[in-house]
Amino acid sequence: MDVTSDTGDAVRVRGVSKVFNRGAANQVDALVDIDLTVHRGEFVSLIGPSGCGKSTLLRLIADLTEPTAGELIVNGKSAHQARLDQDYGMAFQQSGLFDWRTVERNIELPLELKGWDKARRRARSAEMLNLVKLPEFASHMPWQLSGGMQQRVAIARALAAHPQLLLMDEPFGALDEMTREHMQAELLRICSETGTTVVFVTHSIPEAVYLADRVVVMSPRPGRITATVDVGLGRDRSELTREASEFFDRVTEVREALRGTHVGDAVSGIDDR
Amino acid sequence: MSTATRTRGSLAIVLPPVVFGVLFLALWQAWVEIANVKPFVIPKPTAIMQSLFEDPGLVTKACVVTGVNALVGLMGGAILGFIGAVLTNRFRLVADLVNPLAVTVAAVPAVVIVGVLNNMYALDSQIGRRIMVTIAVFFIVFVQVTKGLQHNDATQMELMQSYAATPRQVLAKVRVPNTMPFLFTAIRTAAPIAVIIALVSEYFGGTQDGLGTKISSTLNGSNKALGFAYVVGGSIVGLLFFAGSSLLEYLVVPWQRRRVHG
Amino acid sequence: MTARLRKLIMFPLAFAFVAALWEAYKAVGPENGGRVLGFGLLPRTGDRAMPHVWKMVSRLGRPEVRGGKETILSVVTSATWYSFRVAFAAFVIGTLLGIAVAVLMARFRLLERALMPYLIVSQTVPIIVLAPLIIGLMAYGSRDLVSKTWIAATLLGVFLAFFPVAVATLRGLQSTPPAAMELMESLASPWWRTLLKLRFPAAVPYIAPALRIAGASAVVGVVVAEISLGVPLGVGRLILSYGQEASTDPPKLYTAVFGAAVLGLVMAVLVALIDRQMMRRHPPAGT
Repeated sequence: MDVTSDTGDAVRVRGVSKVFNRGAANQVDALVDIDLTVHRGEFVSLIGPSGCGKSTLLRLIADLTEPTAGELIVNGKSAHQARLDQDYGMAFQQSGLFDWRTVERNIELPLELKGWDKARRRARSAEMLNLVKLPEFASHMPWQLSGGMQQRVAIARALAAHPQLLLMDEPFGALDEMTREHMQAELLRICSETGTTVVFVTHSIPEAVYLADRVVVMSPRPGRITATVDVGLGRDRSELTREASEFFDRVTEVREALRGTHVGDAVSGIDDR
Repeated sequence: MSTATRTRGSLAIVLPPVVFGVLFLALWQAWVEIANVKPFVIPKPTAIMQSLFEDPGLVTKACVVTGVNALVGLMGGAILGFIGAVLTNRFRLVADLVNPLAVTVAAVPAVVIVGVLNNMYALDSQIGRRIMVTIAVFFIVFVQVTKGLQHNDATQMELMQSYAATPRQVLAKVRVPNTMPFLFTAIRTAAPIAVIIALVSEYFGGTQDGLGTKISSTLNGSNKALGFAYVVGGSIVGLLFFAGSSLLEYLVVPWQRRRVHG
Repeated sequence: MTARLRKLIMFPLAFAFVAALWEAYKAVGPENGGRVLGFGLLPRTGDRAMPHVWKMVSRLGRPEVRGGKETILSVVTSATWYSFRVAFAAFVIGTLLGIAVAVLMARFRLLERALMPYLIVSQTVPIIVLAPLIIGLMAYGSRDLVSKTWIAATLLGVFLAFFPVAVATLRGLQSTPPAAMELMESLASPWWRTLLKLRFPAAVPYIAPALRIAGASAVVGVVVAEISLGVPLGVGRLILSYGQEASTDPPKLYTAVFGAAVLGLVMAVLVALIDRQMMRRHPPAGT
């Protein structure tokens, strides 16, 4: 792979496969021959029924697990190096905040591990709290915050080191619908302010379309990409966007792409709201 | 909630046990008076109160001896148990060796070992009893903290992996703090046990000035009222230990109060 | 190697490990004890204070008293068996009583409110202090000394086993999932039927661990009672009297201690089996 010809793609996935329990009776082909490119500043959603490998793909990009075949280039380096260099931030479905730390000390965690001094850390966490609009909660404890607020802190933490890439695994999955829509708007605002590239895994079709520039549709057994839908709604989205006819058209397009993906016989888990 | 409802609510909680307690004491007093039970068999509640307030220093002194033994053992056992669990976390063999011992100490009236321990030390030493308490507390804390160390929050572990954190960083920043609830719950569980063991240890020889020996000698003798006064003292010590360790847990591990899953 | 086999091997290995530590310290430790940081922390290592492990074991085979006919092994064994029967009876009675009281408290809220604080306090207060009292009460009756022994010991064991079972059973009865309760109500099920078919089975995961505590408590109560009484029956009394002979015949004390240890372990195994039987059809408790 010629790294110097990399014109600034955030993520390049080439021929990646991931097999669990290879050779055993319970072998699972989680991913087969995946090719995907995510450009800098792009927002890409991964959607598909359970078992399609979208979370596995995210974890491969994050170097939390290794591919059986193929390669992943993140920020112009191997995924492994990118993780060691802390080139990305990650958010999960559980906020994963540390109960024993205040909100601001939670945000400072990645900075602590990088060896930043206290003053610098404190300044950065204050900045991030402003970004997610929670400045008054710096000294609060996580359990004093609502679910949505905890996820905002988790996002602030993920962006604390100003990474260029944000990897998100259904971060709003545990929230109710109204909070979810609000968080989606917040996420878009934050990403436009910071210019971060985002790879976002979700079960929800409206969420995937509302947030992304591109929706990547995947299907299971074996896990692969079956379709890509360009959303083309522009970067300036608001609550009105959810009611626009183009939005519904894209949602329909994604839904139909999913229908061709064994949704019927898998335990689907697709959110069609 | 209006003040009226709140008062009624608190009354409903406080009144029944208080009434029950008062009734119980009143019946006791009445029975002793009416049946003319001799004071060297069962004393009157009023006689007990008299004993207590006549010379509070007497009861207090015994409480202090036993209480200090329990406290030393509780702290020692907790510290050793915690350190032991953290150090041996990497070596499954050690945990496998300790667990049978933990089961035995829990099952056996381990207190009998005190006789053995007292044999190993000087006659006026409290060390045997303190070691006994330490051993009992150690195993409780060791088992709980080990369990806590295995209780790894998957999201937090993935997070630390995404940070390329070293195992030592993970231990210090995630796994050890995660054991705090387990540690302080174990201490709260062990506190009353520490008092009981400190007390019962005194039956096996050694100095005669602790609560256990005092209770035994006075209740076996004729001054039963004083014996009961010592019993009351012992109960207060037990309650203090429980209240203290519960308070400690409440202060140090506040997030146990209300877990919001987010 | 399966987990169970591994556990089985580890048990004797653990004790062997302790024995090895014992002998090791004996070899290197100071004869008259020592001080660590100003505290007289190190025990004496002379043969009087810390007899050799093999001496303890061999003592089992020799006669109890000089010129006597019975070996210590048989004396300790029969004493342990005696204590076990008493402890087991205390455990069973205490458990049944605890469950009965808990059911009554679940039925009558006033009773629950009146007694609950005392139940909770009993868990934190060393109620074992009342041992001499119960034993003293026994002196009041006119029965012979032997009966008094086991009655007093049983009573104390019952007293100690009762409280944890009562608390745990009540808690279990009160934590039936409300959805299940509503189902029974919609089926017009009377209180007692709901109790038997729903609340009791649902309470089993709470009762089972309490039984372990009850078993151990019954053993402790019985042994402590035996120690305080004047008749040498049961293993507790043996420990005390052998302890008094410790300066002339050190290993004797340890034989009695072994007996008490076996007593506790047998009870623990028994209760664990009961536990396993009870929890057969339940998923592991989330508590």
